[in-house]
Amino acid sequence: MQIIKDRNIIEDSWQFIADEHPLLPGDCTVTLERWLKEKEQLLRHDGKVGVRIESTDNLEILSGDLALIPLVEVNFVIFSDGRAFSKAWLLKNRYQFTGEIRAVGNFLADQIFYLSRSGFNAFNFEGNQNLTLALSMLNDFSVSYQKPANQF
Amino acid sequence: MYQYNQDDQTLINERVAQFRSQTERFLKGELDADQFRALRLMNGLYIQIHAPMLRVAIPYGLLSSTQLRKLAHIARKYDKGYCHFTTRQNVQYNWPKLEEVPDILAELAEVQMHAIQTSGNCMRNTTSDHLAGICKDEIEDPRPYCEIIRQWTTLHPEFAYLPRKFKIAVSGALHDRAATQFHDIGLHLVKNEQGETGFKVFVGGGLGRTPVIGQVIRPYLEKRHLLSYLEAILRIYNLFGRRDNKYKARIKILVKEEGLEKFKSLVDEEWHHIKDGMELSDERIHEMQAHFVLPHYDNSASIDSTFPNHLESDNAFATWVKHNTVEHKVPGYRAAFVSLKAPDEPPGDITDSQLEVVADLADRFSFGEVRSTHRQNLVFADVKQADLFDLWQQLNKTKMATPNIGTATDIICCPGLDFCSLANAGSIGITREINETLDNLDYLHDLGDIKINISGCMNGCAHQSVGHIGILGVDKKGEEWYQITLGGSSENEAAIGDRLGPSVPKDQIAQAVAAILDVYVKNRIEDESFLDMVKRAGLTPFKKQVYANH
Repeated sequence: MQIIKDRNIIEDSWQFIADEHPLLPGDCTVTLERWLKEKEQLLRHDGKVGVRIESTDNLEILSGDLALIPLVEVNFVIFSDGRAFSKAWLLKNRYQFTGEIRAVGNFLADQIFYLSRSGFNAFNFEGNQNLTLALSMLNDFSVSYQKPANQF
Repeated sequence: MYQYNQDDQTLINERVAQFRSQTERFLKGELDADQFRALRLMNGLYIQIHAPMLRVAIPYGLLSSTQLRKLAHIARKYDKGYCHFTTRQNVQYNWPKLEEVPDILAELAEVQMHAIQTSGNCMRNTTSDHLAGICKDEIEDPRPYCEIIRQWTTLHPEFAYLPRKFKIAVSGALHDRAATQFHDIGLHLVKNEQGETGFKVFVGGGLGRTPVIGQVIRPYLEKRHLLSYLEAILRIYNLFGRRDNKYKARIKILVKEEGLEKFKSLVDEEWHHIKDGMELSDERIHEMQAHFVLPHYDNSASIDSTFPNHLESDNAFATWVKHNTVEHKVPGYRAAFVSLKAPDEPPGDITDSQLEVVADLADRFSFGEVRSTHRQNLVFADVKQADLFDLWQQLNKTKMATPNIGTATDIICCPGLDFCSLANAGSIGITREINETLDNLDYLHDLGDIKINISGCMNGCAHQSVGHIGILGVDKKGEEWYQITLGGSSENEAAIGDRLGPSVPKDQIAQAVAAILDVYVKNRIEDESFLDMVKRAGLTPFKKQVYANH
């Protein structure tokens, strides 16, 4: 599966594991709820383990664990739910998260510039998004009135 | 006024290119209707009954003559030869073709204009006092701060998909002419005990279905914290504003449900984290103030005998001066309104040739600038008294000198059923009928300051709930009926009008308004205003008259 990460199109093998299923070999993401419940066990997994955040999740309860997590993915149920933008901003600034912040779910290529300015550095589109086009949209604007999320 | 630098220009050019690509992809079927909807709205483009509607931003109401000529050109080339000024100082085109909208945006960009964030669930155009910089009761010119806010809100990456739209207004004067208490955030420039200027911050005001008067969240905010405080409010709103029901999604509902104290503590905590990283420097403020220096006034403007002579000899001119001009802080100057409320025209509408006349008059008489007002008129801010007679004659020839500013025929009105797909009622037709019943100028002037606001539906685009007389179109089994409220005000003594009684059918609304005015004339004490009389006497005398035959 291809995604955009750090302004490149790359092959990616992270897989999201729903709560009722056991982890699969390789790199996996789990829900925040599962992470909080099974943290010890999950950390013994062979591959890396990341956490999927929903727009309704409270980031603060994850803040103490961020050093243990290489990836946080923020899920869009619908592209118009702007909470994800603030979640990414908070991860990057308030919680100084240095790992990967990945947008997943129902978001648009046309949002990629704003997403990137808010702190996301990886994008896993649903469906058949043309990734070359999406990549080019990271350069829609060469100027901005606001500081990027990592410069506060 | 503010002039774009290279970066400002690059940004709007890039926005045009982005929207052109989005429109092309939509027309090719690569973006679906819902996806394109969110994107086009953030470029001011609605799809309405007859055609798309394009709303163009006029930041805090300031326009140059060059921009006016461009608006005229667009009206002629891409529309039906006219456009419409809104209650938030913007301008709307009702008949553009979807595929031509990118070209219109490119034309606007040539004169430092755009349609960015004039719609959609994002931060909208910042509005202000149309007499900014020239009124006597001003504490400080709000326009530099409006421009600072304009830039901060423009393409803000984190706050483009808010729960609902978000509007900010700034007033720098004692008298609030910008309806700031009915905005999501209202800012008043005020002085503290040390004599320094800062902002009193109101939050959670709004009109529409649930009108609410804004509450003071911070009595005094230092200027350097302006943007960090706004950002803190927006972040809390973006994270916690309701998204389950669009009628409960405005910040006013969040403030109401959480309570002001709880909301304030959330904002303060957020603000505490970011305030040191986002300070506005004095240098930046001064730099912005340099864009709004006052023009070179003629010191001898008041030494002129022609103006008093014309006032003496020409009654019609004197009437126009009395109603359509206001005093200026510089002696010998006045601000002169362009009335877009001619009796037989839809309120706020202006034709391409009228726009060009206004542009020429601005160049001749008002340093090449004009402002749009919250009540859908225009104003020349800096006219020498000696030029007023000439100006009046020119406006008179082009139907822009109806002496009705601030009177009962200076009606705020939404496009209604004629254009809008949400409307229940033909507000423009009702306005025309009211105009017909108020065709006696002496009577109209005797009535004094009366603000009538007419909205065609609950969304309240024409702010009916804060009209002295508010009229709201409702649908009753497919028929147009009208609900009347009295006693609303969007000024300092902000108030939401009280409902008079059951709604009245379409053929009786103009009579009902006439009856209300009649009750006022018969019951006022000396020179008591309409609003004061309603406050004193309550609704009862009006009810008796309006519902006398029911």
